[in-house]
Amino acid sequence: MEEVDEDPSVTLIPGVNSDKKQLCFAWGPGEMLMCETLFRSAENQDKSPGCPYVYIIRKDQDVYSQTLRKLFNESHGIFVGLQKDEKEKAGKSRTAQLVRVSKNYRSVIRACMEDSHQMAISTRDPAMHLHHSTQVSILSAMELIWNLCEIMFIEAAPAGPLLCHLLDWVRLHVCDVDNMVCEVLRNESPTKHENFWNVVTIFVLQGRMDEARQLLSKEANANPTSVNMCKILDELMKKMPVPSLNSIQTLTELELKWQHWHEECQRFLKDGTFASNPHMETLCKILLGDEKTILEKKDLMTTWYHFLVTRLLYCHPTVKHVELHVYAQSSLDLFLGGESSPEPLDSILLAAFEFDIHQVIKECSIALSNWWFVAHLTDLLDHCNLLQSHNLYFGSNMREYLLLEYASGLFSHHSLWQLAVDYFDHCPEYGRAYLEHHIERIPLDTERKALKVLRICEQRMMSEQVRSICKIMAMKAVRNNRLGSALSWSIRAKDAAFATLISDRFLKEYCERGTFSDLDLIDNLGPSMLLSDRLTFLGKYREFHRMYGEKQFFAAAKLLLMLMTARIAPCSFWMTLLTDALPLLEQKEVIFSADQTYELMKCLEDVTATESKKQKFQDDDAEMMKVEMLRLAMARNLAKAIVKEGTVEES
Amino acid sequence: MGKGSVKAGGGSGLRREGRKEPLRRSMEEVLARYVSQKVSKTRWRPLPPAALQPPEVFATGSWDNEENKVSIWSVGDLGSLSSNGEYNAEPHLLCDIQHSGDVMDMQFLDQERIVAASSTGSVTVFRHHQNNQTLSVSQKWENAHFYDPSHGNAPCTGIVCNSPEIFTVGEDGRINVFTADRKEAVRTVDNADSSTLHAVTRLRTTEILTVNSIGQLKIWDFRQQGNEPSQIFSLTGERIPLHCVDRHPSQQHIVATGSQDGMLSIWDVRQGDIPVSLLNAHEAELWEVHFHPSNPDHLFTCSEDGTLWHWDASADVSERKSYLHTGGRSTTFLPQSQSVISAWLRNDPTREITNLISNPTLSVNSLDVLGSCLVYGTDAESIYVKKNFFA
Repeated sequence: MEEVDEDPSVTLIPGVNSDKKQLCFAWGPGEMLMCETLFRSAENQDKSPGCPYVYIIRKDQDVYSQTLRKLFNESHGIFVGLQKDEKEKAGKSRTAQLVRVSKNYRSVIRACMEDSHQMAISTRDPAMHLHHSTQVSILSAMELIWNLCEIMFIEAAPAGPLLCHLLDWVRLHVCDVDNMVCEVLRNESPTKHENFWNVVTIFVLQGRMDEARQLLSKEANANPTSVNMCKILDELMKKMPVPSLNSIQTLTELELKWQHWHEECQRFLKDGTFASNPHMETLCKILLGDEKTILEKKDLMTTWYHFLVTRLLYCHPTVKHVELHVYAQSSLDLFLGGESSPEPLDSILLAAFEFDIHQVIKECSIALSNWWFVAHLTDLLDHCNLLQSHNLYFGSNMREYLLLEYASGLFSHHSLWQLAVDYFDHCPEYGRAYLEHHIERIPLDTERKALKVLRICEQRMMSEQVRSICKIMAMKAVRNNRLGSALSWSIRAKDAAFATLISDRFLKEYCERGTFSDLDLIDNLGPSMLLSDRLTFLGKYREFHRMYGEKQFFAAAKLLLMLMTARIAPCSFWMTLLTDALPLLEQKEVIFSADQTYELMKCLEDVTATESKKQKFQDDDAEMMKVEMLRLAMARNLAKAIVKEGTVEES
Repeated sequence: MGKGSVKAGGGSGLRREGRKEPLRRSMEEVLARYVSQKVSKTRWRPLPPAALQPPEVFATGSWDNEENKVSIWSVGDLGSLSSNGEYNAEPHLLCDIQHSGDVMDMQFLDQERIVAASSTGSVTVFRHHQNNQTLSVSQKWENAHFYDPSHGNAPCTGIVCNSPEIFTVGEDGRINVFTADRKEAVRTVDNADSSTLHAVTRLRTTEILTVNSIGQLKIWDFRQQGNEPSQIFSLTGERIPLHCVDRHPSQQHIVATGSQDGMLSIWDVRQGDIPVSLLNAHEAELWEVHFHPSNPDHLFTCSEDGTLWHWDASADVSERKSYLHTGGRSTTFLPQSQSVISAWLRNDPTREITNLISNPTLSVNSLDVLGSCLVYGTDAESIYVKKNFFA
């Protein structure tokens, strides 16, 4: 086994005294059952139960969050879409497509974040406020990491554009400045505001030159003595060569221009142009990429990754992917200055800068309280073909492992289980086994829900599960005395044995009451009648009664006889059938022909022969009477038939 | 984009057409909202008579949640309760109330009252107080549907309001008739059906239509005292369960049903006992079918396969008319005779079908259409409103 990266965390279960060390548990899919095992001595046992509670322990707690449900549902659609338009395109358009998907995921996180934010604002309960605020910060960290992964792994832009993406990333996530700007601009004379220079500096630190220059022009207007200085600084900012996303300039061109510009800045700094204004001097130093000066503005940057990007902007604008990790590590060290140790988020971002995808995913799995993030991110990265080499020592590959974990969490939820199905579908190795395992555990409260579950199984040819669900529903219906429904379910499952069982119930009811229940069903069996012999018999027997009721005696007689001679009717039912023949035999008109009567007689002898073996008839006078009556009726009918047939032939 | 069309079978009614994909996808703006609960029903609040403005308020019911709810939403631009201006466009919650069990069916009784059917077998009338935006229970029939008294309650699967009467059907095969002001059922038909009744709708004043899980459509006349349906129609032989039923709003003999295999059937209850046409449509359970209330040449269906289709039978009327104008060969088709035969029963009509959902994922459980507005809800815990999609 591999080493454990983190010590397992301890979860205390409220109400359980763990000091007694008498606990037992059982694993379930996504959940765990736990109870105390405090066995008492025999004489105490019946007074009170030793362990009155069984606790359910849930692994993936975030699944139960109301706001995150939106995240799960919306991202499900994106996930399914991504699996569908699989590998249609190659090269650039493929990358663009994957970036679009990544952005969709991020916008879902953002929407959810805004939702949580609204909830945090609107609630009055301090505990709920804290809950929602925590949610917001977790979501915002998730988005931050995702965005960086998008830049590093999915977009994988070349030197130049890479920096543009990183700048956008910082601008998006360090947004305190916008509030500060508003505050400054609201002031009557913005340049007098205590934060005026801070705002300008932040703009410069984030490479937002146009905005910085706008503010600088306000300073120039308000302060005639510094007009000249402002003009020069403005010119420097304007001239700063920046990489752009869609320019045609080559890297060497950029570097050359940058070198010139750098020298120009150097000149102005050296000849003391800005000496009279410390703010502007600082700005000029920042432009020159003076690390000490930049680091002094630590408070304005708030995070080490902001520092990193600013440093890259003014010192190494043509940084490549592979070089990033060097700067990242040193920026982190410089920024923290040994005062504090890096937090989980820092190490995750650092791992991303180091291009270590697996480390990112591992750290995220440990740090975040849900599987959603790692499962979706890993899946997306897998679609970028970045994970192929990595197989786990357990189960399948990492993508599948994480998806299975996430989906199992969903499946243990009373309502979100439907989403999980699609995730299992896209786990080639174990997905189906997991689905089969989970789907049988869904409680089926209504037929509509059963139909939904059944549809899932039928679409995936899970015949065993289909049978089991139908059987459960059929059993339920039988218990509720709804034989019609029960029969429908067993017909749907093509469960012949169960159909036979229900048919017997119908026949038994008929024998007891003399009438059929659920005629609307039995009359409309159609081809499904062929499912089981007994069902066929039930349908045909009912048909006989209908014909008899409609006075189609000849057809009815023929059918009745056929039920016995073709051995469709169960032997135990023959006596009933023969009794049904009695009124037909007693009709004035001859219904049974001579041949048919012979056959009837043979049937009767067969019945009495088998029955007398069982020594049943001798004890039952009524039965004996019935047999005698039948024999008499048959003999009389035979006589009439022979006469009639003889007459017909002669004429 | 091309037009997709499905031809309906005429005459025998037994001919099945091949499954055809609707090619035209709708491009209109949709207002969507994720609601953190699977939506089983969506219903527009009826407009007051002679109202000119489009519908704004609708109700939803949820299912499969630990705590289910009946909720009232608004898509109005004015009088929005949302503090944030930019959310005005999407549906916002006016109020909600807990509902025990899944909401199996739901219908507005009038402007203020909503009747909801529960999987616990109860039927509840909720009152929506519009002055302070709250919901309260105004009448509840517990145990409206049950198996033998010893076996507990059965889910109530469908309701239809025919003011003042409320008809309910359930998995117990029972039909109840309630009136909102009485605690006791006005009438009950025990064992009305040996299989599960899935839906109910009004046919004429005293008659209702039910569909069941063995593919039968039954007419019940409540003027008669017996417990037998006055007429039984069935899908020939195959016993495919029917899940929904709707009646043509102006031509009462035309009825549409949706079945388990996604097929739409059109029936003429004046004649025959089998459907006039069977139209292969969706790939899974057809959960709801609705004629447009004021423009019944348009029909809407939604399904477990995650799609929602708009069927337009009026398309070929204009086509044929223009055909006449251009002096085509067909002179036997007179405009007068056309208007007599409904577009849904005509022998060889071409129906234009538009799929309103471009990326189907999870089931669309319910839809409702009123005026030019459509609302639908899904198992992906989302509700959608399309305004002015329908000129």
